[in-house]
Amino acid sequence: MTDIPNDRNRVIEIRDLVTHYGDRMILKGVDLDVFEGEIIVIMGGSGSGKSTLLRHMMGLEKRTSGTIRLLGEDMEALPMAEAFELRKKMGVAFQGGAMISSLTVGENIMLPLAEHTKLDRLTMEIMARMKLEVVELAGFENLMPSELSGGMLKRAAVARAIIMDPKLLFFDEPSAGLDPVVSSQLDQLILKLRDAMGMTIAVVTHELDSAFTIADRITVLDKGEILMTGTVDEIKNCDNERIQNLINRRTEEEILDPEEYLNRLTGGEIVPNVKW
Amino acid sequence: MSGDTVQKTKNAVESLGRTVVDGVREIGWGSSLLAESLFWLVVGPKVKQPVRMGSIFAQMMEVGVFAIPIVAIMSGTIGVMLAIQGIYTLSIFGAESQVTIGIAYSITREFASLITGILVAGRSGSALAARLGTMTINQEVDALQVMGINPVRFLVVPAMLAMVIMVPTLTFMADLVGLLAAGLYVSVDLGISLSAFVDQTVEILKVADVLHGLEKSAIFAVLITLVGVANGASVKGGAEGVGKVTTRAVVQSISAIIVTDMLFAFVVTR
Repeated sequence: MTDIPNDRNRVIEIRDLVTHYGDRMILKGVDLDVFEGEIIVIMGGSGSGKSTLLRHMMGLEKRTSGTIRLLGEDMEALPMAEAFELRKKMGVAFQGGAMISSLTVGENIMLPLAEHTKLDRLTMEIMARMKLEVVELAGFENLMPSELSGGMLKRAAVARAIIMDPKLLFFDEPSAGLDPVVSSQLDQLILKLRDAMGMTIAVVTHELDSAFTIADRITVLDKGEILMTGTVDEIKNCDNERIQNLINRRTEEEILDPEEYLNRLTGGEIVPNVKW
Repeated sequence: MSGDTVQKTKNAVESLGRTVVDGVREIGWGSSLLAESLFWLVVGPKVKQPVRMGSIFAQMMEVGVFAIPIVAIMSGTIGVMLAIQGIYTLSIFGAESQVTIGIAYSITREFASLITGILVAGRSGSALAARLGTMTINQEVDALQVMGINPVRFLVVPAMLAMVIMVPTLTFMADLVGLLAAGLYVSVDLGISLSAFVDQTVEILKVADVLHGLEKSAIFAVLITLVGVANGASVKGGAEGVGKVTTRAVVQSISAIIVTDMLFAFVVTR
């Protein structure tokens, strides 16, 4: 865990983040820094808490304890009007696109402009077309979201996410459900956004190839804890067994307690009468 | 086995307790949603989150204007039904000509608002639950939130306002159509002229009677919205979940309407 670029601005600062879902503890004290202009990939198996971490970064969930500072400010501590201002500086592309299904693609992309600015319709339409050019969807503004394919929906969602020129961009499983070609196109788009617009990008994914292609740094999450944060090479060459299992697609063997196993099978109804 | 019985009783009590807690939680959630809606209506413009007129009008078309045919047909049917039953009942005393009183009161005070409420719950309450349920599952609600667009302000308040404006309006229309249909039946059956029926009705009814129905229908409008939104937002699981909350929204809002109707009548009339 060397090479933390201290000279750059921290865009996301997470300290000792603990969260619960009902009674279940999901994140168990997560610390993470994301620096300006980098792509950080949050990796982990399912149930590792990576999606939860992303939702907390976006201010969608209430945390149990700890702090999250985005662009130097803690969303939960901000007065309402300022929290809305902060949100205008971030964008998100959800897994399924999350386009508002009753609006056309163009209207979806214009929505943040229509809600947050006083621009006239023509200007907004031009801006929306510009962003559609960026994601290579020019000419699709009059279609409904239901008329787009999965990959196109994701790109349209990117266009909407960047319409306000945010400083901070979140991606939730960008390559899930896409064929390899479309998936790598999306990877290239993410790289382009960082290079051309200087955005800081946080990506949650479990696709290893995609993660290794786009990441400046990777943080590996397992069972609600961060195992390691480092560059692609550091992650590839580390000697942590759980990380190696994850990147070599090995399943972890569960340590089996026979008594607990029997209890699980019988739903705890039958008390074992066997001396093991 | 007594141990078994004890355990079963325990389980039953526990599940009853859970149901009650869930119910109370849902009512609490609904109330806070109402408060939040009012909050956004008043404070929204100050934090640059105004409620858009465009979406209110769109909802008003959906909730109100498109419901006109079905509400008209149903309230007309109810009017004729009341006339038939009223004449039959009063014929016992040979007082058929008094049927106008019964019709005028029961349509304006009761049936117009009730039938409108039930129809709107079935048409728009379910649509609201389905729309919000689908939007929640597709993460559209999350997306709105991240974009800095408050979902209550953007989705709930326009629907609520449209309902509160359109349901009483529809109810008033149902009053007129119901009375007219009843009048036509009465004039044919009893051989009195329609204008005589209208004169009688105007004489009997006071503004308070019409308002009684309209006030109730405004409460129904709020109930339908809250139940629809609460169910839509609490959706779990994919398409099947949306179906479940939609059904639940219709059943709950119709039940809420009928119970509220009785309570309102009890409190106001006695």
